[in-house]
Amino acid sequence: MDITNLKSWELRDKILNKEISSYEVTEAFLEKIDEVEDEINAFITIDADRALEKAKQFDQKLMEGEEIGILAGLPIAIKDNIMTRNLRTTCASKMLEKYIPPYNATVVEKITREDGIILGKTNMDEFAMGGSTETSYFGPTRNPKNKSFVPGGSSGGSAAAIAAQESALSLGTDTGGSIRQPASYCGVVGIKPTYGLVSRYGVVPMSNSLDQVGVFGKDVKDAYIALKSIVGYDPLDATSSKKAKLEDIKFEEISLKGLKIALPKEYDELRVEGDQEIREVFKKSLKVFEDNGATIEYVSLPYLKYALETYYLISTAEVSTNLSRFDGIRYGHRALDYNTLDELYINSRTEGFGEETKRRIMMGTYALSQGYKDEHYKKALKLRTLIKNDYDRVFRNFDIILSITSPILPFPFDSVINSPVDMYKADTYTVPVNLAGLCAMSVPMGEVDGLPVGLQITANRFEEKKLFTAAYGFERSAK
Amino acid sequence: MSYKTLVGLEIHVELMTERKMFCNCKNEFGSMPNTNVCPVCLGLPGALPVMDKQAVKYAIMAGIAFNCEIDNTIIMDRKSYFYPDLTKGYQISQSDFPLCKGGFLEITLKEGTKKIRLERIHIEEDTGKQIHTDHGTTLLDFNRSGVPLIEIVTKPDINSAEEARLFLEKLKNTIKYIGISDVKMEEGSLRCDVNINVVDEDKGIKSNISEIKNLNSFKSVVKAIEYEQERHIALLESGKNTDKETRRFNELTGETILMRKKFQASDYRYQFEADLSKIKLSDDWIKEIESTMPELPDQKKKRFIEQYNITEYDASVLTQSKELSFFFEELVSLIEDSKLAANWVMTDVMRRLNEEDKEIAKLNLSAQSLAELLNYVKSGKINNNTAKKVLREMLETNKTASFIIEKNGLIQISDEDELEKIIDEVIKENQQSIEDFKNGKDRALGFLMGQIMKKTKGKANPNTANKILIDKINGN
Repeated sequence: MDITNLKSWELRDKILNKEISSYEVTEAFLEKIDEVEDEINAFITIDADRALEKAKQFDQKLMEGEEIGILAGLPIAIKDNIMTRNLRTTCASKMLEKYIPPYNATVVEKITREDGIILGKTNMDEFAMGGSTETSYFGPTRNPKNKSFVPGGSSGGSAAAIAAQESALSLGTDTGGSIRQPASYCGVVGIKPTYGLVSRYGVVPMSNSLDQVGVFGKDVKDAYIALKSIVGYDPLDATSSKKAKLEDIKFEEISLKGLKIALPKEYDELRVEGDQEIREVFKKSLKVFEDNGATIEYVSLPYLKYALETYYLISTAEVSTNLSRFDGIRYGHRALDYNTLDELYINSRTEGFGEETKRRIMMGTYALSQGYKDEHYKKALKLRTLIKNDYDRVFRNFDIILSITSPILPFPFDSVINSPVDMYKADTYTVPVNLAGLCAMSVPMGEVDGLPVGLQITANRFEEKKLFTAAYGFERSAK
Repeated sequence: MSYKTLVGLEIHVELMTERKMFCNCKNEFGSMPNTNVCPVCLGLPGALPVMDKQAVKYAIMAGIAFNCEIDNTIIMDRKSYFYPDLTKGYQISQSDFPLCKGGFLEITLKEGTKKIRLERIHIEEDTGKQIHTDHGTTLLDFNRSGVPLIEIVTKPDINSAEEARLFLEKLKNTIKYIGISDVKMEEGSLRCDVNINVVDEDKGIKSNISEIKNLNSFKSVVKAIEYEQERHIALLESGKNTDKETRRFNELTGETILMRKKFQASDYRYQFEADLSKIKLSDDWIKEIESTMPELPDQKKKRFIEQYNITEYDASVLTQSKELSFFFEELVSLIEDSKLAANWVMTDVMRRLNEEDKEIAKLNLSAQSLAELLNYVKSGKINNNTAKKVLREMLETNKTASFIIEKNGLIQISDEDELEKIIDEVIKENQQSIEDFKNGKDRALGFLMGQIMKKTKGKANPNTANKILIDKINGN
């Protein structure tokens, strides 16, 4: 029996009942990696020996009756922009090709404390910029559902690792959809938590006012276990919230009855070419909610139509400063050929960064420059507040907002990547959530042409419980 | 022709907090290179800043001391530029919303007091240090990276090198009073850049502003301003003008040399530092800081005048430095005579400090040891002149007053019988002077007293001897 196709919550029960050891589980996933990784390329670094050693230690701990953390010896894969002490962390960039961090991100500390077994570091778009994992210095990840297609991005490796059964759980980061879109493309569950719910300490920032660490799992309950292990206030992250907590949820008691659902009518106007079939699947999904006693109403969020432009101005402006520290002086790639200090900077960064990264640094530098800052960056900040206000108004009367996760299906390699603006448009439904600091989840809602499509559920800040309620209610009924 | 010099100062002060501004590393001068460092102050990927409360408190104390308006929301910004000692490619600083706005500091000129207005005080992190070696390599030490700084910017209210010096003295003194920095220019905990230009008031022409860097002492600031104002005036007189530029002061030659021209303002692309979000300060906390502020120099001066009944001049000298004012107050409490204490500190102690160009803390003299000496004076056991000699010996030998007085047998002769004997001898030997005195030559009395002192090796109690002498002359 291939245990890698079991859900994490099933494996967890088996481990805790001592039907199976963490070592056996870890070994099974590592074997699966051996089997499929050549094709999938979900990982940049695999830490097999240490993972088996840790699993052995966990089994010992379990035998001795010690207190066990929530991850209970489950294997977990970590996106490669999250710092792991003594384990190479590259951000999928040549710039950090050989970078071995001297410290752990807070989420990694938490995972270790909760008895997660870290399998390795997953592939991604370089510095989390992209929606296809094609900008990785270490080659693209393939979509396990159809290997000619991209897995989405930027957390493509983490999503593919779940879909290909290479890991039980995984961590990703989401700045404008980087968890939800690959979850949708790979047919798994992905959560972008509320800004401030999970510590960002030790997570290489792309756009620090938008970034949030989140999780992937095979289903809603898997994602819950993963998220539960990493939430919490962190004194090392000034943007983490003292309210950061994930309530206990009794999944068997969940009901969709009385759930108030809002549908932004602006989404009908914002249609992206070719999204017709995805919308059909979405309509069927709405029916599942209605059939189970939820109510659905159209609402208006007038500023939503500016979200994409607002997002790309703010995010690139932040990218431009966040990536300034990679200058070739103290760590990371340093050009061999230079005569002056300026040349050292220029050559190191020119060689170390990929094309998309450079494009965004340039856009952000432009948006912040004198003479442009007021009409670009500052205007975007104002729009961000207006978008937030729109959401606040809706959430006064509604529990969740529903939409599709991505307006386009997973696409073949070397297609959309050549048209940056089309690639950015794929983020239409996901970026507003980050701008407003809300929480959202993508759950599989069906297939189009044999490719998975995801349903995006959005809830107000720190209302993750509503996400899980809606998502689990839907998942259970849609079966 | 009449020229007016306009000087504005930009002063960086390192705050003496326990920890660095955004991490838990020790804020300590002089440690082994790169020992007080962590992922945050090294700018490692993923590390995040968290604001140190003590740094904010110290900056607010500065704002209160300099009469600023304190903002109750802290907004930090990223100031972008590349430099090897800057770990993140940006410095966390403040742009549009400084913590402290406005404010002023008063300096005392011969003509009276003058207000030097401040533009702002903002908080920011310090950078690391570059050490250039002899063989052409550059070493980096990040112990200083992330040390909290305040930057104090004045308006161009300073009109001479002397005013600049007085302002800096007062600023340094005030900061020492509130104890937020050790303000040592030689260790870099106080740094000062000068912005200067001159106005030809007859023609209404201004020279362009020069920024002067590399000023390592107040003397350098004075010299640089003097040099620059001459350079600006000379150029204006020859019908030319200065360029907007940054210049470096050369300590050896006393001249300034061009570093770079400023063709356009640098674009630092200031951006809100979202990693720190906006920090709200409670009004209660600000009030608490206000109410627990140490006494400031001007307040102390006022109190000294009232409490110790000394002149305004004496009070301003005695409060010039925190240590000196503490020395004085301790002395007063020990000898319970503020006049005597003020006289001695103002004359003999100050003279010594000036001669040796020292601060009171570095002088070989505690308030207790001076009090011991002055108690001899107060009780009439030694006279003033003897005491001055004893003080000199105390400072040179580091011995106590009592040891010196006993060793040299300097206790005054106040015993009337003993003095009478000596005075009788003097009268006998100097009949001519007695006659002179009786004939109205007052100077003769001085001569006689001199003779008495000579016989007693200066130990005669002058008041008693004088009285006996006059009685004897008149009685005879």
